[in-house]
Amino acid sequence: MKNVPLVELAKTIRSKNAGVDHITFDIIFKDRDVYEHIKQNHLITKELIAQIYNMPPEKIVLFVYFDPAKAIKFTIRRSKPSGSPGETDVMGAQQYPPLFEISLMLPESLLKEEGGGSQG
Amino acid sequence: MIKLKEVKILSPTGHLGFTPIEEESFWKGVNRKPDFICADSGSCDIGPYPLGADVAASPEEWQKHDLELMLLASRELDVPMIIGSASDTGTNRGVNQFARIIKDLAKKHELKPFKMATIYGDVQKETLLKRLEKGDVIEGLHGRPPLNKEILSRTDHIVAVMGVEPYIKALEEGADVIIAGRSSDVAVFAAPALWSGIPENIAFYAGKVLECASFVAEPFAGKESVLGILREDEVIIEPMSNYQRATPESVASHAMYERIDPFIEWLPGGYIDMRGCVYEAIDEKRTRVRGSKFYRTPEYKIKLEGSGKVGERCFMIVGIRDPYLIANLDKVIEWSRKKVKEKFGESGYDLYYHVYGINGVMGELEPIQNPTPHEVGIIVEGIAPNLETAKELTYLAGRNFLYARLIGVKGTAGAAAFISDEVLVAHPAYEWTINHLVKVNDPLELFDIRFETVGGI
Repeated sequence: MKNVPLVELAKTIRSKNAGVDHITFDIIFKDRDVYEHIKQNHLITKELIAQIYNMPPEKIVLFVYFDPAKAIKFTIRRSKPSGSPGETDVMGAQQYPPLFEISLMLPESLLKEEGGGSQG
Repeated sequence: MIKLKEVKILSPTGHLGFTPIEEESFWKGVNRKPDFICADSGSCDIGPYPLGADVAASPEEWQKHDLELMLLASRELDVPMIIGSASDTGTNRGVNQFARIIKDLAKKHELKPFKMATIYGDVQKETLLKRLEKGDVIEGLHGRPPLNKEILSRTDHIVAVMGVEPYIKALEEGADVIIAGRSSDVAVFAAPALWSGIPENIAFYAGKVLECASFVAEPFAGKESVLGILREDEVIIEPMSNYQRATPESVASHAMYERIDPFIEWLPGGYIDMRGCVYEAIDEKRTRVRGSKFYRTPEYKIKLEGSGKVGERCFMIVGIRDPYLIANLDKVIEWSRKKVKEKFGESGYDLYYHVYGINGVMGELEPIQNPTPHEVGIIVEGIAPNLETAKELTYLAGRNFLYARLIGVKGTAGAAAFISDEVLVAHPAYEWTINHLVKVNDPLELFDIRFETVGGI
């Protein structure tokens, strides 16, 4: 087993507005097997995300594994609507970096090559 | 309704006018002889100011550039050109502005006469007040309370987000160019597909997948044209630029882009269900999608978007390099806030300190606690009912970083660096006040469709 940060396993990690009251996050994996392993073993959960962003889990209105894109998607309620006074990210486009450091314990057999495995 | 076996829709941009359309892939798309050329021109991403103040967020030069390309291609092919959410906000102002540009372009290029439809969707506050007084409930989306008089009083401008019906009506009447107000992005593409006889299950999903143009393909690129080929039971996505591919993964990934839920997309009158979508590569460049569904809801609900002014807004930029001050930043900010309170009291204004280097980007969501940056940039944001007060309180808050009284400060000649000792006047502060659903008996009832003949003079 080996500890790997999420940033090395994902080809896309992004955040963006979903309407004016929500920010949605997409984590798209490089490798189908790595995605399946994380999904089967519940290595990334709603509770983990809530902990990272220091928010109650009920503020995460959706958390799903999305097989067609081998992706995890979750959506959070904004504390105030986008662009309101005092608000800092009108497009919600810079809220994802804390996800980079999620540390995942994976079997070495899954890590076939540098950067998280074969394409698929 | 006409009945076509196959309908080709060209999507050149995900937000017309926001940055210019790439021309090479656009003309490649035009050479494929699409049946419709469609683009959405609006977004909530630009924040609440453009709708509230009813101004465009895009430069008119770029809007003209994009409209000119689409108009010339549409007239050359003699196929309809359809624009939704005109001029960023989709307000009546935006529709009138785009209609004026179309007329100017028709003159400039001496185009033969064509029929233009304009579709308006501004909603007057009185209209909604009357509904509330009748006892109608206008439900809030995502946990917002139902609409009430207090919310309306804080709102300056409201638009209704139209579905496919006004577009279909305009096409039935023979429109060659449609300039519409605020619309569901999907409707701009689904409407011509439905009018051409494509079943709802495919038409609505195709709208969803085409509305952001080249974002559906990889590698990532904006403003490149994409062609959608719609048939009875499938839609094929084909990027027109020579370097992009639509792969099953890129198309599936796009289903979740900017949306709360990757499986369900709510629209006026129903929802798209993408749980059964099957994505299949035809070759390196094209992907076919089957299995999408559209379900109608028993009631037809239309989304209302509203924005209202909070106050005049100013910023001041403050830099701090002294590690002692950075370590005691809370106290410095407290000092600045205290000086503002002494002059302006506890309420009647808003004052925010955005500390770049600590949590200026993420605010309360920032997980890194107590970082030790070697310098920080602070944007002081001051909001007040009038500009003079906003300026004064922002000056007071910003300049007091110079005079912060902190035991142990070495730099007694001033505790802040200013790029310029000035307060910057920003756009007034607005907020999204309305994100609500109103029930209608007729999908057309909040919209006003007009026709005129353009060109040939």
